[in-house]
Formats: sequence, C-alpha cells, structure tokens
Amino acid sequence: MKLKGIHVPHLKHTATSAPVRLPVPKTVSIPMSMHIGRPAKPVVKRGDAVKVGQLIAEADGYISAPIHSGVSGKVQKIDEMTTAMGAKVPVIVIETDGLQELSETVQPPDVHDVESFVAAVKQSGSVGLGGAGFPTFVKFSINGDLSVLDAVVINAAECEPYITSDTRTLVDRAEDVFAGIDLIKKYLKVKRFVIGIEGNKPEAIAKVQALAAKTDGVEVQVLPPMYPQGGEKVLVYNTLGRMIPQGGLPLDVGVVVINVTTLAFIAKYIETGMPLVEKCVTVDGSAVKEPKNVIVPIGTSIADLLEAAGGCKSEPAKVLYGGPMMGIAVPDLSAPVLKNTNAIIAMDAKEAQPPKTTPCINCGACLSHCPLRLDPRAIARAYKQDDAEALQTLCVDLCMECGCCSYVCPAKRHLVQTNKLAKGKLRAFQAKQKAAKEGGK
Amino acid sequence: MSKMLSTVSPHFHGPRTTQKIMLDVIIALVPAMAASVIFFGLRALLVIADCVAVCLLSEWGFEKLCKKENTVSDLSAVVTGIILALNLPVTIPLWQAALGSVIAIVVVKQLFGGIGQNFSNPAATARIILMTAFSGTMTAWVAPQAFNMVPDAVTAATPLALAAKGAEGMPSYLDMFLGNTGGCLGETSALALLLGGVYLLVRRVITWHTPVAFLGTVALMSFVCGQDVPMQLLSGGLMLAAVFMATDYSSTPATWLGKLIFGVGCGLITVLIRFWGNFPEGVSFSLLIMNILTPYIEKLTRAKPLVGEVDE
Repeated sequence: MKLKGIHVPHLKHTATSAPVRLPVPKTVSIPMSMHIGRPAKPVVKRGDAVKVGQLIAEADGYISAPIHSGVSGKVQKIDEMTTAMGAKVPVIVIETDGLQELSETVQPPDVHDVESFVAAVKQSGSVGLGGAGFPTFVKFSINGDLSVLDAVVINAAECEPYITSDTRTLVDRAEDVFAGIDLIKKYLKVKRFVIGIEGNKPEAIAKVQALAAKTDGVEVQVLPPMYPQGGEKVLVYNTLGRMIPQGGLPLDVGVVVINVTTLAFIAKYIETGMPLVEKCVTVDGSAVKEPKNVIVPIGTSIADLLEAAGGCKSEPAKVLYGGPMMGIAVPDLSAPVLKNTNAIIAMDAKEAQPPKTTPCINCGACLSHCPLRLDPRAIARAYKQDDAEALQTLCVDLCMECGCCSYVCPAKRHLVQTNKLAKGKLRAFQAKQKAAKEGGK
Repeated sequence: MSKMLSTVSPHFHGPRTTQKIMLDVIIALVPAMAASVIFFGLRALLVIADCVAVCLLSEWGFEKLCKKENTVSDLSAVVTGIILALNLPVTIPLWQAALGSVIAIVVVKQLFGGIGQNFSNPAATARIILMTAFSGTMTAWVAPQAFNMVPDAVTAATPLALAAKGAEGMPSYLDMFLGNTGGCLGETSALALLLGGVYLLVRRVITWHTPVAFLGTVALMSFVCGQDVPMQLLSGGLMLAAVFMATDYSSTPATWLGKLIFGVGCGLITVLIRFWGNFPEGVSFSLLIMNILTPYIEKLTRAKPLVGEVDE
C-alpha cells in the first residue's frame, strides 16, 4: 500500500528546455539566511573585492552553512533585508564587474575518509536544494556510527507542478548523480541506493535506468505521478515501506534522503572545488512569456531574472519561490534567488487570485486525501476552540504542509494555514507543559 | 517596486466547489424527478417547484434577517427542496409542502448554523414533522397515472402498507423497480434513483460505503427474518434515503468506516420499524437516529494519524 495524495496538473512545460546561462546581473543581493539554522556571519566588508567562489560568510554554529560569491566585483554594502518568510537578516550586496574572475580558493578539497568528506560537504555551502534548505552535511554527520545507515533515497520525484530543474539534472548531468552515489558508497559505506522518480519524466528515467544498470546497488523506482510523492516521509514509505516516526528523522529508520540536484552538486564540488554559488531555476507561470530553465548566480533578483529570461506577458500579480503547492509568495520582485530556489513561478492576476472561501460542508475530502491521515477539519475546530490538548491528540505536528487538504477542499478553506497556526499553538502548549514539569521538580 | 499578492500556499486549488457538488446532486436527482412526473402527473412538478422555491426563499430570507452572508448560490437549498418534495405524496396541499420547506431550511439547517452545520438531514426531519402534524394528507397515496392534474382520482396504498396489512394486490417486482406503484414522489422508482446514485459515484460526490451498507443490511435482515427481500429493497423510501439522504455530508460521518457503520445502523433501524413497529416505514426515523449518533461514530472511527507504523 502507498500513502495517499492527490493529482495536480503537471504543467512541466520546461522539461525539454536545457538550462541556459543568463548574463550576470549588475548587482546581486545575497542574504545570510538561505538555509535552516543560524544565519551565516559575513567575513567581507564594504568595498572588498570578491571573486567567483570566494567565501563571503561563514557558518555560525553547528546547524548553519557558509556562503560564497557567485560573481566577481565589489561589496557595495552590507544591509538588512526582510525575507519572504518575514525575518530580518543581513544581506551582502555585490556590485558585479562582469569579468567573473575565479577565486584562487576554488580548489578540489582533500577528501580521503568520512570526516574529510563531511567537512568538504560542509565547506561547499550545500543545503537541501529540493526546497527545504537543510544543511546537507548534518544529514551525513552520524558520529562515526555508519551501521545506523543502510539506504540512501535519492529524491527525484519533483512532484510540484511546473518545476523541472531536477529533471534537467538527471537529463543533463546524470553522471554527476552517479559520481555522488560512488562517493557516498565509498565514504559512508552505504550499499543500497534508491532513486525515486515520478513516471512523468520519461527522458530522465531512461537516462538513470541506463546508468543504474551499470552500477551496483542502485535501484530506480518509477513512482506514479502523485503529489506529494517527493515529500520526505511519503517518498521513504513509498520506496522502502518504512515510516519515519513522529518528530523523527529518516535516520531513525536507517535512511538518508537527498535531493538529486544536491547530490550532483556535491559530486561536482568534490571534483572541482566550486562551492554552491549558482542555481538552475525553472522560470514558468502564466505571466511568463517564454517558460525555460536558466542558470543564475545566487543573489540575482527576481526582477533581473524574469527580464533576462524573456520578460513577462503581463504584470505578474504573484511570484513564488518554488512550486504552486508549497511555494512561498515573495513580497516584491527585488527578492533574490536563494540557494534552495528551484523555480520562480510568476502568476498573472487570473492565476494568482485566491478562490472565495465558503463554509465547510463536512464532505471529508481533506481527511481522505491527507498522506499522513490527519483530520484537518477536526484540527480547524480544535484550533478555533483553543484546545491545544485536542491538537496534540490530532497530531497536528505531523503536518508537512503539503497542501493536499486545501487543494481538494470544495469550500476552499485555508486548511494548511490553520494547520500551521495550530502547530504553533501546540508548540507553545508543549513548551509550557515542559516548563511546568521541570519547575515542579 | 510593485507590491505582490502575498498569500499562503497552496497557490493552486482543485476545480471542485460546493456549488458544483450541489449541481451534481441536482443532476443526479433529475431521473427521479422525471419518474415522479411520469407516474404522478404534472402536479409532481408543482410540488417540487413549490418546495424548491420556498427552500430558496427561506434560506435567503433567514440570512437576510440575520445579516449573514448569503449562501443561496451554493444550490444546497435547491437540493433540500427537491429531496423534501420527493419525500411527499403528490396530493399534499401546497401550503403543507411549503411549511415543510421552511422547517427544513430554517429550523433544521439555519438555526444550527447553516450549510455543513446541521446535525440532522433537513428533508428527513421535515418529513417526520409533517408526518406527525398531517398524518392524513401525508399518507394519502394515489395510484400512478401519468400527466394528470387532478390527482385525487384513485387512491392506492403503498406496497409496504399493503404488506403490513397482509392485503392482496401487491404490485410486481418490475412495477416496483420502475416505480409504477403508489407512494411518495421519489420513492417509487428504484431505477431512477439508482441511475442518480451511479452518477454520484462516478462523479465521486459520494462513496459506495453508505448505500451498500444500508441496502445490504436491509437485504440481509429481510432474508434472515423470512421477508420478501426484493420487495423490501424496492419499496418505501429506502432507495431514496440510501442514495441521497444517508450520503448527506453534514449529518453523516466523513470517515469510510463511519459511513459503513452509519449505513448498517440505518438498515437495522429501518427493518426494526418495518417488521415490528407501528409504522409501515422507518427510513426517516432511522436516518434521524443515526444522524444523532454521527459525532460519536466519527470520533470512534477517525483514522489514526501516521505517527509510526503503518497498519495496512
């Protein structure tokens, strides 16, 4: 049995569009928070000259990631910006010189054992490129106990509508993906690899199947196109039949999940030493004139990117980082491309208009489509009644915010939004309970 | 730089809306409405129009009065009106049908919070109230006669009433299946109701659980009790209730197991009343009783969230 999900329109218009490198923009704005964890600390100051691949900010603390420049030029200013998530973070603004001079620091790292491998992954600035932005090296840091890990699931599901940047990774550079597999095999001693891919990508499937046939321990699982096939819990269950426990990590069931583009990047980094400074981004949406895949330096503004990619048919009314199911709407077009940006979706006024919300008719579509069998109807009720205990019983903390419930709701209710708020309420309740318990001791 | 629309994900929504669901139910009711006109004449249409108009008017008026957002356009009041009309005999005085419609919309639906909030089925509850208040006109059955505007020509008993009295003159199974017997507008033609049910299943407006459990239980219990199984299945409001009323969203469980329990419960109560009760028919009561149990059924049958192991 597979976990439930929904059918969404695929809209993979750009699947056959090989990424084109866009001209370097006049300025790039690189925020210090493009990952889960503490923002990075700038190590350059105003006026400093920077080159491609140069470290401009270092990781701050354990769960954090260093940041490098993707352009050559001069640091114009170190400012503060508000991210699409509403947080205020420092941002390094670089005025480019268009020369794209390579930094001398870009050298292949010395990798010879598991420690040096994990250290190299950390130095590369790699974060989960599927969208989550979790620092990659943390997944591989299993404190020397390699026995807990017995399989790596490579996430090539790409179940969001529109996005094809992972598809292009497989079509254009499947060799890098398999080089990454060899590295993990060698240093983390993993024997089993599963590539999970949705069946709507025939070209990519043919490519990986051909390479997998020549590689030991790699299994290609072609999954039915079903959203959210690429959700971590869903993918691990649908490929290996293992359920990641509540509040747990894939490692709890012996698995590491890695996005296919992240893996290809790591292999390339270890070969060349070029850190994470540019991204392949799918540009699509109803407002975009020529949907395509492009490669841009991280920090390129969405306005520059849209213009260089061929412009817009109409004024975009809503622009997303990522796909329409889980993507984040940006406040304005000055928002930069981030490490974990895999798509920029620009919607025209018609596509962007949220539908009218009507009363819940109790049809049960939300609960019958939830991959994790939650009851969004009951969660909304408990949230409204301020009943944190009920929220705990209903396990709202399991919600991965995939959006299936909101998508299928005929009343167009804001179920995911309520789940997010309810998760916050439950966290506050649990923190209070914990404090009371500790205080009582 | 221009401000962007900044809404929370998902940014895509499925095509289904409440209005489209209700429209599907109305389409599914067309065969039953057509059958009622064929067998009981044009007055059937008049009763349906009366109920639908009064339902819409009550919904609009109540919401206007309470300064609530108007929900007439979601078409749910039309569905209630049609289903209530199908639960009435063709001879019902129009003012009584209108009163039933007001009860269904104002008392049963709106006073509990409007669409999605009513704990019991508006049509079934209104029918019970009308049965209690006007037992005479509510059981004045006429023999089917097509396109007759003067309906009180020949009186006829329903198959269930006949069976209860042990009387002669039971209609054939074929007549009962097609609807050529006495009874309410919409309870006579099993064929028309089943057509509508198949449409709702295909359109995924309903699932098979409730109707199959409901009809299956009645069939099984009739067999066990030595009753005429096809006659029990084809007569009374059973088919109408199983397809269109026991599948009402707001007053029945949303879980699949809950739907099965609901259907079995309705079936058991229906046969209890039919075989041992004072009334020849017990479908409306069975619905009402199971409606009341719905919150408990739902609580007991809610799926366990996937916190760890997956039970198949």
